[in-house]
Amino acid sequence: MNAFIPRNAIMLAIVAIVLLILIGSTFSIVPETKQGVVVRFGEPVYIVNAYKPNETFGNTGAGLYGRIPFTDQMVWIDKRIQSVEMERQQVLSTDQLRLQVDAFARYRITDPLRMYIAAGSEERVSDALKPILGSSLRNELGKRPFASLLSPERGEVMQNIETSLNRVARQYGAQVIDVRIKKADLPDGTPLQSAFERMRTARDQEARTIRAEGAKQAQLIRADADASAAKVYAAAYGQDPKFYDFYRAMQAYSTTFSPNARGQTSVILSADNDFLREFKGGR
Amino acid sequence: MTLVERWRRGSRLAMNENSPWGGSGGSDGGGRGGGNSGGGNGPRNPWSRPSGEEPPGRDPRGPSAVEELIRRARTIFGDGLPGGPDGRTIWVYVALGVAAIWLATTCVHRIGPQERGIVTFFGSFSRTLTPGIGLTLPEPLESVKVIDVEEIRVVDIGSTGDAEKLVLTGDQNIIDLAYSVRWNVKNSELYAFQIADPDKTIAEVAESAMRAVIATVTLNEALGAGRTGIEENVRARMQEILDGYRAGVSVQGVAIKQADPPDAVNDAFKEVSAAQQTAQTYLNEARAYAQQLNSKAQGEAAAFDKVYVQYKLAPEVTRRRMYYETMEQVLSGIDKTIVEANGVTPYLPLSEVNRRPQPARPEVEAQP
Repeated sequence: MNAFIPRNAIMLAIVAIVLLILIGSTFSIVPETKQGVVVRFGEPVYIVNAYKPNETFGNTGAGLYGRIPFTDQMVWIDKRIQSVEMERQQVLSTDQLRLQVDAFARYRITDPLRMYIAAGSEERVSDALKPILGSSLRNELGKRPFASLLSPERGEVMQNIETSLNRVARQYGAQVIDVRIKKADLPDGTPLQSAFERMRTARDQEARTIRAEGAKQAQLIRADADASAAKVYAAAYGQDPKFYDFYRAMQAYSTTFSPNARGQTSVILSADNDFLREFKGGR
Repeated sequence: MTLVERWRRGSRLAMNENSPWGGSGGSDGGGRGGGNSGGGNGPRNPWSRPSGEEPPGRDPRGPSAVEELIRRARTIFGDGLPGGPDGRTIWVYVALGVAAIWLATTCVHRIGPQERGIVTFFGSFSRTLTPGIGLTLPEPLESVKVIDVEEIRVVDIGSTGDAEKLVLTGDQNIIDLAYSVRWNVKNSELYAFQIADPDKTIAEVAESAMRAVIATVTLNEALGAGRTGIEENVRARMQEILDGYRAGVSVQGVAIKQADPPDAVNDAFKEVSAAQQTAQTYLNEARAYAQQLNSKAQGEAAAFDKVYVQYKLAPEVTRRRMYYETMEQVLSGIDKTIVEANGVTPYLPLSEVNRRPQPARPEVEAQP
């Protein structure tokens, strides 16, 4: 009796493992995020949980599926939106400007059967789309001047690329949802440096303009001040020019010959001088 | 030998012997636990034997491991199990215990107030668990994925320590940009099932949207005044794109953390602000001059007016008075030489003049 137990346990374990393998190869849980192609001896037989537009989760084909064990194999294909990224590429615009462009496309496999026949695996779809994305991007951007990339026209460019990419994607059972340029930069080295140089000179120009404008404004302010001062003087002195002449001369003498003025002053007076008229005694 | 040490020894032995039960985790522990407690400290229990008394059969190089295992199993199970001599009972208990743990951990789910639980029945979406305790069927039938919907997640893009993130503006200039995007999950089902890599998708969409928006504004707008507008535009654009993917994500906001000219041209930009300061300085100086000049003119004009009013009352006297006063003031402080004789050639005492320290100003003849 005692000797029987372990043997029984080992037997049970073996049976359980066999059963598990059998269940595992008979039933598949198809999640919402995946679609499956059931392949019998290399030939696709049917599709489970295929993508349909605008389906609500819970009413999709996801769930438990049974199949013939060992002969039927399930090939899983992602049902979600996936991304294909294009590596940095140099693109030449019509105005001979080089640009480094990064782009990405979002796609979804809508026809798993076609995808399985045409590509075999998901990686190969993305591998196939990558060069197409690059070349259609280059074609499209090569038809336009650089400036159009920096304008609302960009949307149209993307639309065209999406269309041409979709043409290829459809052959692989995929549908491109969106194409976008991530970066459009000037390449490192000379183009970037010259762009910096341009920015620098533009700033320099701006700085000089600002300074010159400031100087001009200052000049105007000074001129205005001079003019208004002249006006004030003229209004006052114009009342009696002769008196002004005398008045101003007196001021000038006292400033010029004052002991505080620079230098020494010696005066040689003639006796005929008006100041000395009385000096001679009542004549 | 303490109990712990014994346990350790036991498990090490079991591993050494490649026990077929070793793989079945819980049942192994349970079985041995039951055996140990049942056996107590009776002399027949192999676990309580001091190590020194171990028979040579315990040596790993002794009889085969399987044989040893069988022998030990017989010893354990044959020795006073609560269910009697039938060893199967323990397996039933173990199985029930495992099943109970299994059910407890996979049927009852605690969903926090900020979370939602996505329940799938054999992979097919069945319902969303709201905060509280949620009950589901056990694991292979229904599984639950918990998603935090309230937490605001932040994606940082741009120069935070690493290289500059240079972005082209609409006027073909380049700025160095750093920004962050705040988002949370709007629709947990879409978020769970629709997008292959949500975080990466959001980062890429953010970058694309930001560059598209920056490409429509000028450098000056991007550097200063236009920031708020740019942030709002990017947010709206991102939301539009993500809704187009049905990503189930809500973009809460985009914040530009830094929008600077690139390092290479930063000096030139500083030069501009320096120029603005210089221009302002010019203006200030000119204004000061203008004020000064105006005041002076007004003061002088007013003084003249006042004197003139008096002068008009008695022109001749005032004139003479002013003349004498001025001359007096002028001549009192300086050297004077008076040449009187009319017909005599005046002799200039040049030595007198020259005696004065240089530089001397040229002599001036004062005339009224």
